[in-house]
Amino acid sequence: MATVYSPLPLYAVLAPLSGAVLILVTGNKRPNLREAWTLLAALAQCTFVYAMLSPVLRGSVIEYSLVTIYRDTAFMFRVDAFGMVFALLSSFLWVIVSIYSIGYMRSLQEHAQTRYFCCFALALMGAVGVALAGNLLTLFMFYEILTISTFPLVVHKETPEAMKAGQKYLIYLMTGAVFILFSMGCVYYISGTMDFAAGGILTGKGSPQILKVILVCFMIGFGSKAALMPLHEWLPSAMVALTPVSALLHAVAVVKAGVFCVLRVILYVFGPALLKQLNVWAALLYIVSFTVIAANIIALTQDNLKRRLAFSTISSLAMIILGACLLNADSTRGAILYIPFHGFMKITLFMCSGAIFLKTGKKLVSELDGIGRQMPLTMAAFSIAAAGLVGIPPACGFISKWYLCIGAYQSHETWFLVVFLISSLLDAAYLFPIVYNAFFKKSDSEQPLVSEAPLLIVIPLALTALFSILFFFSPDLIFNFYNLAGCVVYSLAWGI
Amino acid sequence: MIEYLVTKHSYWFYIILIMMGFYGMMVKNNLMKKLIGMNIFQWSIILFFISIGAKKGATIPIIETHGVLNQAVRAADYINPLPHVLMLTAIVVGVATTGIALALLIIIYQNYGTLEEDEIIEALKK
Amino acid sequence: MTTVHFPALIVVTPLIASFIVFAVGWFDRRYCFPLVIGALTACLIFAAGLAAAVLDNGNPLHYHLGSWPPPWGIEYVVDHLNVLILLAIAVIALLSAIYSRSMAAREFPQAKLPQLYTLYLLQVTGLFGITITGDVFNLYVLLEIASFSAYAMIAMGERGAAFAAFRYMIFGTIGACSYMLGVGYLYILTGSLNMADLNQLLPALYQSKALLAGFSLLLVGIAIKMALFPVHTWLPDSYTLAPSSVSVLLAPLSTKVGAYVLIRILLSVFNAPFYTSLYPAAPVLGWIAAAGVLFAAFLAIAQSDLKRMLCYLIVCEIGYIVIGVSSSNRLGLTGALLHLVNDMFMMACLFAVTGIIYAHARTRNIYELRNLHRTLPLTMAVFVTGALAVIGVPPLCGFFSKWYLVLGAIQAQQWFFVFVILMSSLLNTVLFFRIIEQVYFPPRESIPAEHAHHDTPFRLDPVPMGELIPAACLACFLILLGFFSNMLITRFISRAIPGTF
Repeated sequence: MATVYSPLPLYAVLAPLSGAVLILVTGNKRPNLREAWTLLAALAQCTFVYAMLSPVLRGSVIEYSLVTIYRDTAFMFRVDAFGMVFALLSSFLWVIVSIYSIGYMRSLQEHAQTRYFCCFALALMGAVGVALAGNLLTLFMFYEILTISTFPLVVHKETPEAMKAGQKYLIYLMTGAVFILFSMGCVYYISGTMDFAAGGILTGKGSPQILKVILVCFMIGFGSKAALMPLHEWLPSAMVALTPVSALLHAVAVVKAGVFCVLRVILYVFGPALLKQLNVWAALLYIVSFTVIAANIIALTQDNLKRRLAFSTISSLAMIILGACLLNADSTRGAILYIPFHGFMKITLFMCSGAIFLKTGKKLVSELDGIGRQMPLTMAAFSIAAAGLVGIPPACGFISKWYLCIGAYQSHETWFLVVFLISSLLDAAYLFPIVYNAFFKKSDSEQPLVSEAPLLIVIPLALTALFSILFFFSPDLIFNFYNLAGCVVYSLAWGI
Repeated sequence: MIEYLVTKHSYWFYIILIMMGFYGMMVKNNLMKKLIGMNIFQWSIILFFISIGAKKGATIPIIETHGVLNQAVRAADYINPLPHVLMLTAIVVGVATTGIALALLIIIYQNYGTLEEDEIIEALKK
Repeated sequence: MTTVHFPALIVVTPLIASFIVFAVGWFDRRYCFPLVIGALTACLIFAAGLAAAVLDNGNPLHYHLGSWPPPWGIEYVVDHLNVLILLAIAVIALLSAIYSRSMAAREFPQAKLPQLYTLYLLQVTGLFGITITGDVFNLYVLLEIASFSAYAMIAMGERGAAFAAFRYMIFGTIGACSYMLGVGYLYILTGSLNMADLNQLLPALYQSKALLAGFSLLLVGIAIKMALFPVHTWLPDSYTLAPSSVSVLLAPLSTKVGAYVLIRILLSVFNAPFYTSLYPAAPVLGWIAAAGVLFAAFLAIAQSDLKRMLCYLIVCEIGYIVIGVSSSNRLGLTGALLHLVNDMFMMACLFAVTGIIYAHARTRNIYELRNLHRTLPLTMAVFVTGALAVIGVPPLCGFFSKWYLVLGAIQAQQWFFVFVILMSSLLNTVLFFRIIEQVYFPPRESIPAEHAHHDTPFRLDPVPMGELIPAACLACFLILLGFFSNMLITRFISRAIPGTF
């Protein structure tokens, strides 16, 4: 595996940082200039990340070291295929959500827009930094930046409910950070290194007891950000934030960063071979599959649309972790593919819910009867994304679910195959009625008729819905997600 | 046991003085008495140090000039001057401490009209 | 430039300057402040020269006062351990002096300024002297010089300050006398007061009970001076009621210099086998410090006064340093020394900000600081930087020292200490985010109507530049110390720890 040294990862992280500073400096006096900085930074980050795609596809790894901390540990970036998947997802979706945010904030005339855009930029710096990090130390630094920069976004509305949600958010995530710090210290202590390597760095080091403790602490730490049950409670509460925040951050960037880190730990710190030896593994698998089903069942009971989508996210994230935990090639490929595909689909769903709230002020599912007639484009996008989540072709979710199920079948534990199929059924159970009610039921005749949301809002969600379909026909479209997933599986020495 | 008490009687004396000063600092309510306790504490420690320089049958540590030229000086004939010197410094420190403490007590008395600790705490709570 | 006399000059300059300031102050008060700045700048140059000399040379510099060779004369030793602390003291003292100009002008009548600056320079003399001396009794003298100036400066503060200073004095004198007793025992046993000489003479006496008594007295004295739990009770009252211009000098420096004395005694006077295998002094210190960290963190959360909260935070940070020392391995000691330096800057930054907030908003109550970020944006940004450093968010400096402390505790198999360090990071998060919430995101009802729907444009803080710039510089130092922590460790700290670890 060739190593390329290039400062591109550093630029990809500096772009949003400079964007944040410029946004702060421009302030409220010239909102158009400020929005321009956001878009420029998003496009710059996207370009830098995309520029790293071709070397990574050819199998090389891009490295860039920032500052040496202690002998052989440094803050360094190490871009491999797995990191590219998450980086591409986050940076591209930032462009889309920026356009959506501009439309959303201006239509609602929200307060504190400078703070919003500045923190958003910092959060994306954190997310892409997590993706491109080369060792646990750098990962932890960007993880903390991500947590702290998203806190003002969660409490944006500044109502008592928002403040409570923010406190819960902080407590869950900072407690997780403490567990991660402990595990990091133990990993460094027993193995002398914190760099990521395909196949793990802990083989042969330390006793099984200490390895199990480290694994559990990592799972608690990163699992709190990945909203694994029972550490999931912060995510539905954080839905009190504005919809663009929920869309990008809490369906894509923050929680996906948590899942990304969990997979990093499983595949690159511990490694599949070592994990099969530790028999705490089976317990973990069952906890995760419990999350998949339980979150879906709770989603059925939620009337608030965003909370329903939040629980659906929890379930999907657990599916990704389950796929990686099954430790065979197909399920891992499915899990890695599900990261971007689910991102696109979920963000469509959230953006649609935001559009509906914008035009009608409605937040509850029971109020959405007949909205499809009035906002056909929005609900069409919603239906496509919903179909994709369930796993119906021609939306891209089918591809990832397919691989997950094949992987589950190959692991000879039919329980997990059943888990995946039941979750698809449950997804249908709470998403399709929304679609049905929107299109085929009469709306409440007292409510005034509304029209489609403004262009700045509809175009992004139509774009992501379109991508969801296009990814089915060509999963390598633009971003090469399929090839990247293949690269990851190959590098983990299972062969394609 | 008695022999232990008798041979080290001076050390017992110093320790009792130190503890008396400590008792004054901790238990007494009046700030002036605390200050006096602090003084006793400090001077008794200084007394303890000075005592360690003493030697049996030794004289004061001043060497006559013609004595040096003729024969070597036997250290056992002169008491150790170093503890005295060190304790001069410590006495100066103690005097400075007392000075500052008295200045503080004057300010406290001007502000609160009393030097009783519990009354001052009551006045501060208001 | 020859740095031969710098060890003496760095202590003598502020001493003589303090007398000159007092004399000049009789005649013309306007010359006091420039004299102070001149003296402290000179000290900074001396400290930088010493640092360069030690780094070039690789060996400690020895300076014999009056050319009397040790062990008869007093010796000043500059080695990798204290040169870093000398630099930190010089930088912080200079920044605090610049800060104090407008702050003191607000807090004191003009007539008192020369006296304040005299005491200020005496305090700095004491601090430099404690750090640089190689003689245990000389350390006592300079410790007392620093303490006196502290007592007097604290007494110049708010209502109740004189009483708090008196109680500090009683407590501090017990500590100093205990230290003196300990030094006396060492003298009785060995006949020497020089640290290097003691290091040679003491191992033969390690079995002696008198030495154990002397060691314990030393530790008690130093513990009182550095505010280790449970003898820290003098600290909250005295530092809270002290004037802002004084607490920004005292809070970062006095207790940390006390911690330096502890490290110096444990590393240079006694050898590790004495307090790890022969007597369990290191574990005992560690347990006391761990209890102190938790206790102080919980008490800090209970405070509503911002400055008092920071005082309890000082006790918490001293606890970290002692935990690092007690793990008695290279990683733990690295963490302790790095945390010493980092904490000086963190506390200086936070206390400077607190002073500015108090001067501007006339309150230190956390719950009355609503919306302060609109009027004091830069100050609150500095506060957030300091807060994140204390919590331990990379890449600020606090993370690296906590990292080494955790590694040191893991290596020493002291899992409770690991838990304590991590738990207190969480408690510090709660502590600071409480304040950040109150300031940046107050409950909506309290926002006045004209601010509700649009944001006020950014206006620079209406505080004097002389206060804002030092605070901002200290925040920059926090970031720089984080990035350059590796340089600090490889060039200074790892050479300061003896090879036996």
